[in-house]
Amino acid sequence: MDLVIHTTLLLATITTVVLLVLATPLAWWLARSRSWLAEAVAAVAALPIVLPPTVLGFYLLVALGPDSPLMVVLHPFGVRTLAFTFTGLVIGSVFYSLPFAVQPLRTAFEGIGEQPLEAAATLGAGPFDAFATVALPLARRGFLAAAVLVFAHTIGEFGVVLMIGGGLPGKTEVVSIRIYQLVESLRFGEAAGLAGGLAAFAFVALFALLMIERWAGRRRV
Amino acid sequence: MSRDDLIRVRLEGRFGAFRLDVGFDIPAHGVTAIVGRSGAGKTTLLRCIAGLDRAAGTLSVRGEVWQDRTRFLPSYRRAVGYVFQEAGLFPHLSLRANLRYGLDRAGKRPGLAFDEVVSLLGLETLLPRSPAKLSGGERQRGAIARALLSRPRLLLLDEPTASLDAEARRELLPYFERLHGALDLPVLYVGHDALEIDRLTDRVLLMRDGRIEPVDRAAARAAAEIALAGMSEEEIHDLAVSALMASR
Repeated sequence: MDLVIHTTLLLATITTVVLLVLATPLAWWLARSRSWLAEAVAAVAALPIVLPPTVLGFYLLVALGPDSPLMVVLHPFGVRTLAFTFTGLVIGSVFYSLPFAVQPLRTAFEGIGEQPLEAAATLGAGPFDAFATVALPLARRGFLAAAVLVFAHTIGEFGVVLMIGGGLPGKTEVVSIRIYQLVESLRFGEAAGLAGGLAAFAFVALFALLMIERWAGRRRV
Repeated sequence: MSRDDLIRVRLEGRFGAFRLDVGFDIPAHGVTAIVGRSGAGKTTLLRCIAGLDRAAGTLSVRGEVWQDRTRFLPSYRRAVGYVFQEAGLFPHLSLRANLRYGLDRAGKRPGLAFDEVVSLLGLETLLPRSPAKLSGGERQRGAIARALLSRPRLLLLDEPTASLDAEARRELLPYFERLHGALDLPVLYVGHDALEIDRLTDRVLLMRDGRIEPVDRAAARAAAEIALAGMSEEEIHDLAVSALMASR
């Protein structure tokens, strides 16, 4: 049981870190671009919200399987397949939770407005300097919200991790899948314990998020 | 007057339906006011000079070329100080850190020292405060100090008192006057306040529909003789200011 929780928390932590790094430049570009192309990219990034997890999981399984062009490229490096591995699970989670990182970050970046960045430019700060010293600190609440959402959403995922991970005990089995398997084998007592834990966790995460929003609203005055 | 003592501006550009087309040389010292109706392009002109908006043409300040046919220095490469209508202090930094922001990026350009600027604008006791804990007038003084500490070769003031009430404006005026005396720095000032313009500026440019109109005594008088009927209060005001400046 500890192993399952450990796998789950490790997956959520790695996914959160990877996504904050990847989604930041994407969200920044989406917030600043005036091209319609930005909305097309934003729509693709938001697809995991509306796609059934099985569809996303299916594509990932094909892409990470031993015969995919992507994996063939990796064969010389000793990687045959990422399906049913923890790495594959991380990749799947990153795609699945992408919108939950991009949306709050984009909103936060857009909320900064032009003026602080223009002020930074006239004070001699180049684009990277201004981004690091003005945009990032002013968007910190967006980062907080993105981190909480991604972490919680990754813990709550089921379909994608089942498709891409297969629920291998000790390797790719996470709490949500363990609950499913416990119910399958009619071990309702244990399932209830884990389910209650997840429900409590989800509540705490969303409550924290709303408190962040409330704090943000008050600070903006 | 040597070539190096001028600010030379030839800028042309389209911004939506608005067209900017200006050409003027002004001495690179003292305060030059730009007056004109709202929508005449005063702010656009300042933004183009700062490199925040892009117009075609040439621009040089004391012989330093900021843009010409082949070059366009981005804002952060122009030694320009810009004070916006709303102070625009960084809300996540204390006033002290705001002031240091420009200074730390000013390189080796000469200019007033930190303490000098702080005392010139009376900010000594306010330094640890967050911008949210400053009054509107204090924020504008902070924004001016921050712009000065970035060691600009040209200071642009874009209606620095527009967001302030009458009382805060009156409070700010003595600071402007002290700056006027203390700085060897050309200033382009956009504003509406006749009192400010009268007390603070050395010359006036009148802007209309994206162009600079010549202001001289004859033109001002001729303009004044045009039937005032059909003119907005603002236009009459602009004319009065032009006439006042021209008669000096």
